[in-house]
Amino acid sequence: MNLTLHVWRQSGPRDAGRHERYEASDISEQMSFLELLDVVNERLTNEGKEPIAFEHDCREGICGSCGMMINGVPHGPKTLTTACQLHMRSFSDGDEIWIEPWRATAFPVLKDLVVDRSGFDRIIESGGYISVRTGSAPDGNAVPIRKEDADAAFDAATCIGCGACVAACPNASAMLFTAAKVTHLAKVPQGQTQRWDRVLSMVDAHDSEGFGNCTNHGACQEACPKGISIDYIAHLNRDLIKATLTAKPDVSGKNA
Amino acid sequence: MRRVVTLYRTTVGKKVLMALSGVVLFGFIFAHMLGNLKMLAPATDGHFAMDVYAEFLREVGYPLVPHGGVLWTARLVLLVSVGIHVLSAVQLARLSRAARPSGYAKEDSLSLSYASQTMRWGGVILLLFVIYHILHFTTGQVHSSFVSGAVHQNYVSAFQSPLIFLVYFVAQTALCLHLYHGVWSFFQTLGLSHPKYNHLRRPFAAGFAFTVYIGFLTPPTLVMTGVIF
Repeated sequence: MNLTLHVWRQSGPRDAGRHERYEASDISEQMSFLELLDVVNERLTNEGKEPIAFEHDCREGICGSCGMMINGVPHGPKTLTTACQLHMRSFSDGDEIWIEPWRATAFPVLKDLVVDRSGFDRIIESGGYISVRTGSAPDGNAVPIRKEDADAAFDAATCIGCGACVAACPNASAMLFTAAKVTHLAKVPQGQTQRWDRVLSMVDAHDSEGFGNCTNHGACQEACPKGISIDYIAHLNRDLIKATLTAKPDVSGKNA
Repeated sequence: MRRVVTLYRTTVGKKVLMALSGVVLFGFIFAHMLGNLKMLAPATDGHFAMDVYAEFLREVGYPLVPHGGVLWTARLVLLVSVGIHVLSAVQLARLSRAARPSGYAKEDSLSLSYASQTMRWGGVILLLFVIYHILHFTTGQVHSSFVSGAVHQNYVSAFQSPLIFLVYFVAQTALCLHLYHGVWSFFQTLGLSHPKYNHLRRPFAAGFAFTVYIGFLTPPTLVMTGVIF
């Protein structure tokens, strides 16, 4: 199939950037979306031009590197699919495809389609550690966890930190990401000791990174390649309110 | 106190204030809608039901509280709620604009509903409407034949004009959309979420918004068509 691509080109963080048009011919529908970009890049390299920079790593939908806006939708038109797992059979011959980087103040564009997502790392870092006994591995099922809680924690933990939620949100809010990270520990016994401090620090870190606020549109859960629900955001809100209301005053010793 | 300041400093805290002031306004709007249905009730002893109700609002609680005490307390609470609601909306809108200064060349609005996308401008329309509405029916400056205390008569003479009806119709439509997203957001922001009841939140928001819409627009429609006079 033959396609017309409009790709965002930006040589570095200080460049203003612009869309450039590329014709991609003889594209197989078996190719993944990243392979389409590989083919275009190979042609650009042969012509002595700068190839399109895009992030990629595992190419099997689990690392979260390959985020890009494809026709205004994070990771493209197929739901529950990362850009690397999107195949060209989702498009038809003659299609025009607009490819852009995530747009958010907290995700500055480094080059072309690559954005700096280290804000996510700093949010995770602010969550701190969990208090568990280290050393020899604990016996299996030594800590009982209700099936529903284990499932909910696991669903939250499927977040790959790709940034699609931020890209889709009209407010560039990272609440779905933060909520997934807060909740997957809040739902299990191992996360309880630091539960209330963790939610306060992580929301604080989220805000200081310059992510926006959640206005409950729900675009993030549509965009999320792992199908994480905004019910987790409600859970984060509940934990944050509870942490604030029940926090003990800052005193130590026998008055504590 | 330290933690409350921390909560307010966060975007979530500002949203909590938005939700709490919003719920005061939901309550007011529902009560106001019920009050307006007095236009449908028959007059007793030559007194319009609406006028009797208006007198009740001024006198309720007397002699425990002074004349108009409950009314003015309610007005104060509403003014503070509107103030908090608008202030947090402005702060949050500014934060959002800073977080996403440039949009996409190709937009796809995913699951964004018309109601959720129009919260900010819809809110501005509602604020302007509330100012007009107070000047219209409470203080009377913009009412062409205002008689102080004659609520029923003021109501009827206003809605005999199709233009006034249109203004209120537009405002009620804006209110209906604002309530639909607002009521659902209220549950979400305060974390009132449970797998057993989550599927009821959207229908509840829709039902509430629609009930208020119909409740507010029924009496003016009957005035327009000459059923109430």
